[in-house]
This record gives sequence, C-alpha cells and structure tokens, in this order.
Amino acid sequence: MSEVTLHEIAHARTGDKGNRVNVSVIAYRQEDYPLLVVQVTAERIRHLFQARGAGTVRRYELPLLKALNFVVDDVLEGGVNGSLNLDGHGKSLSFLVLTLPITRP
Amino acid sequence: MTDLVHVGCGAGFAGDRTDASGPVVEALAASGATSYLIFETLAERTLALAQLERRRDPGAGFTPYLADFLRPILRRCVDSDIRIVANFGAANPMAAGRRAVAVAEELGLPGLKVAVIEGDNLLEEHGIDAVRGWRNDENADLAGRDVIAANAYLGARPIADALGRGADVVIIGRCTDSALTLGPLLHEFKWSPPAWDRLAAGTLAGHLIECCAQVSGGYFADPGKKDVPDLDRVGFPIVEVAQDGGMVVTKPAGTGGLVSEATVTEQILYELHDPAAYLTPDVTMDITGVRLRNEGRDRIRVEGVRGHAPPPTYKVTVSLEGGFLAEGEISYAGPNALVRAELAADVLIKRVKGLGINQPVRCDIIGAVSVLDSDQGQSRRSAVLPPHGDYRVRLSGTSNDRATAERIAREVLALYPTGPAGGGGVRTSVTSRVRTVSSYVPAELVRPRISMLESGS
Repeated sequence: MSEVTLHEIAHARTGDKGNRVNVSVIAYRQEDYPLLVVQVTAERIRHLFQARGAGTVRRYELPLLKALNFVVDDVLEGGVNGSLNLDGHGKSLSFLVLTLPITRP
Repeated sequence: MTDLVHVGCGAGFAGDRTDASGPVVEALAASGATSYLIFETLAERTLALAQLERRRDPGAGFTPYLADFLRPILRRCVDSDIRIVANFGAANPMAAGRRAVAVAEELGLPGLKVAVIEGDNLLEEHGIDAVRGWRNDENADLAGRDVIAANAYLGARPIADALGRGADVVIIGRCTDSALTLGPLLHEFKWSPPAWDRLAAGTLAGHLIECCAQVSGGYFADPGKKDVPDLDRVGFPIVEVAQDGGMVVTKPAGTGGLVSEATVTEQILYELHDPAAYLTPDVTMDITGVRLRNEGRDRIRVEGVRGHAPPPTYKVTVSLEGGFLAEGEISYAGPNALVRAELAADVLIKRVKGLGINQPVRCDIIGAVSVLDSDQGQSRRSAVLPPHGDYRVRLSGTSNDRATAERIAREVLALYPTGPAGGGGVRTSVTSRVRTVSSYVPAELVRPRISMLESGS
C-alpha cells in the first residue's frame, strides 16, 4: 500500500455554468481507473468543497474515457456573476480536486 | 454530395488570439475539402454587457474585435471558398453584419454575401413583462427587476438555412456554441431529424472545437505531467467530419500544442453535466458510448456518440443588473511579509465594517491561499506558511451602488500611508456586474429570421 495524490494518477478540468461547476477527473492509465471509481467518491468531493458551501454533488462514470465527471452545485459562492473570489469561474478548482490522497495497492 | 467537411476554429472566446486563424485557414485551403471557419466569441455574461453597450449606443453591442478577427483571413477564405460562421452578433447581429460588410469593402472584396440571423433577443421579441413572467431555474422573482437581456440559445437550423441562401459569412447572436459547427454540417450533408446520431455527431464536433485551443493543448499543460510543445504558438483546431458522422480532431501542421486522447477527453467533458443528456435545441447528445482512437500525430478519431430527440424548449439566459464589484490589491514582500499582509487584511475588514457597509467582503492573501479558499479564508488560517515571502493582499466586495463600491476599493489605496510598513503596488477597480438566471421557453416562442447583406465595390 502506498499513498499518492490524485495528481499523480489523473488529470482534471473544470467548467462552469451559472453557480454550478463540473470537474472531470481522468486517469492517465486504464489500470488506475478502478481506483478513481472506488476512492474519488461524490462524498469526498462534497467534503472538499464544503467550506465553499457546496450543495449536491453528482458523479457520472465514463469507463470508456477512463473518466469521472462531477457536477457540483453552489460551489462558486454566488456564481460567476456574484462571487467575491478572484477566480469567479472556479477554473482553478480542478487542481484542488487533484490534491485528494489516493491509496494504491 | 460532399462526403467530408472540415471545420476549423478561429476563436474560442471574445479575447482570443487573432493570429492563430491564419494557419487554420491555410490548412483548410490545402486540404481541398469543403471547409468552414467558425468564431465563437460569446460567453454566458458577454451578451448582457453587450446589451448595456447597445443601450448607450444603438450601433454598438457586437463583439469588439470583429474586424481584428476577419481582416487577416477574409480574403484567403473568399479565394479558397471557405465560408465563415460566427456569433459575432452578441446584442446587435445586424450592426455586426454591417461591420463585416464594411471590412469586406475595406479589403476590396465586392459581392460578399453576409447573412445576419436575428430572433434570439426575446426581450425585444416578447417584451419585459413576458420575460419576467417566465419561470427560471433559481425561482427568482423578477417583478420590478431591470432585465437587461433575455436571449434564447438558437440552434443550427437557421445557420444551415442562411448557408442554403448562399451566405459566404453567417453572423448570429446567441446560439449554442456547437450550432456554429452543426449548421454547416446540416447544410452540406442534408442531415435532418430523426437522424439523431448524426446530429449528435455534429454537435460533438462543434463542442470539441468551440473553445478553440482548449482541445489542442491550451488550458492543458501541467509541466512534468502533461507537457505541451510550443504553447506560445498553440495551433487552433480543425475537425474533419464525414457524412456518416465519423470525425477526427486535428490541428494545422507546424503549429504548437497537441491533440491527444487526453486533450480531447478533457474537452469532451468541459462544461458538460449529465453525459447521457447534453441538451440543445437540435438534439439531445449522449457521449457515454464515446471512444477515442489515436490515428497518428495530432489526430484523434472520436466515435460512438448517440443522439435522441431534443427537448421541446429553448434555454434562455436572462440577465439582470448585478451591482458593482469592488477590488483592491497591495503587495508585501521580504522579512515578515505574511504577518504584515495579515495585519493589512485585518485593517481592511475593520475599516469596511466601520464604514457601515454590511454587504459581505472578502480578503485574500495571494501567495498564501487565495483562489482555492472560501470567502471566510478557512484554508489560509489553518495553513502553515513561511512569514518571509512575497504576498499580495486582495480585498473584494460588492454593492448595488457605485459610490459604495468605490469607497470599498479606496480603502486599499489608503493603505499606502496608513497601513503596515512596505506596502506597494496598489491596484483598484470597480466593475459593473450582471446576474444571470436561465429560463426554458416553448420552442414556438423562438422565431429566428435571416437577412442578407452584400458588400459593394
């Protein structure tokens, strides 16, 4: 067993629409995709964004693209039009997701 | 009938580079295939800001860099029979169309046919009371609210119709970004419902290139993990679409950037929510069966997209006055910089409260934790950071009136003589904001119409 950050095994991209962002998390290697499915849960993502008031988190699995897609409600603290954050779009949030610790067998 | 269409992208947002379309046009011309060049310059909020401009000046309100985008490539496009589709129209498609005609005339290109598509502006079509009455996704009560804009996302059909009427350049306002690509494909391949899988393929092709370099190495580099060659001259993308819906994403040879399975996967999922139901007025796209195949350097084949009937409604972005955002920044560097920056932040918060401003304000320390933090700064408070460094304090706040917003920003400026030691590099700004909500209206309320303009000698 070893612990790595998600950044070691996956890449990610954020997009925004209104007060909702989606974050894709994509495994570099097919054999790491099952680790994402088991460990990068909607609950962990919600916890990561909790301080920012994140609401519902939905997770979609895309095995053919070795990717997960998360849709996070209300994480922009007022949305791109109301946010006080310098990054009102939440574009940098993909790299917050990539800080998650992952346990590798 | 044409069996292959190439669509290149010349811009993925209003401020995109104006010198990257040249290599795309050269590659399209050299391919010999039926070719189109699209420009996508309209973000979610851009249109409301453009609407405010049009209120001030009836001849304004279209994309500010229209001429800068067209001038470098228009002659080459005409010579090579590459037609252009662009959402340059923003709040004023007709004025944008006239500007495009003027550019053609400046360049000595007579007889250029420019189609202008209007009808997305539902505030103009149906009036403010109707717009206020539509249910919106935030259940916001719009009674008495100043509605700046209400624009429906038009689909690809009117673009195909404009091309059918012989347009060399099609100018539209709000439409789905993917419609800029799907329109030409509907026109060339005569695709129509219920060929949903093909409409979905055209929509995916458009979705892949609508953010331009974001599929070809832009917004992607993470040195050591995801390396991108020659990012300073990243190539803009081209999608090659076949009559049967097969497609390859690529970019011009000799440009920087890369097209790989990883870049394409990131862009497929960009701004996508339910992957089985990406809704447009033309088709409901399902990408859950999509597979990618590497077909050589910078060539990725995308297959397996499926389509279903579209929803019976159009999405409408309703824009409301959103007050003002005040921002100010000041830097502290060297020994004990973080402690001085924290003191400055503390002073700013106390000052704003002392002014009796009750709207929330936020203080960040850039260089410590900022964009990843919450408005309350929890992450920064729990982080262990070196006191010696180069930090920048940022204050932000909002107000419904400009004078109060300016007062907030000025508190940062006032730190020069009154704040901690060594504060420098103050910048302040006050910007007007727009708030948007989404409504969904029955399709029959949206009636696109086409006008044809032509350049003279």
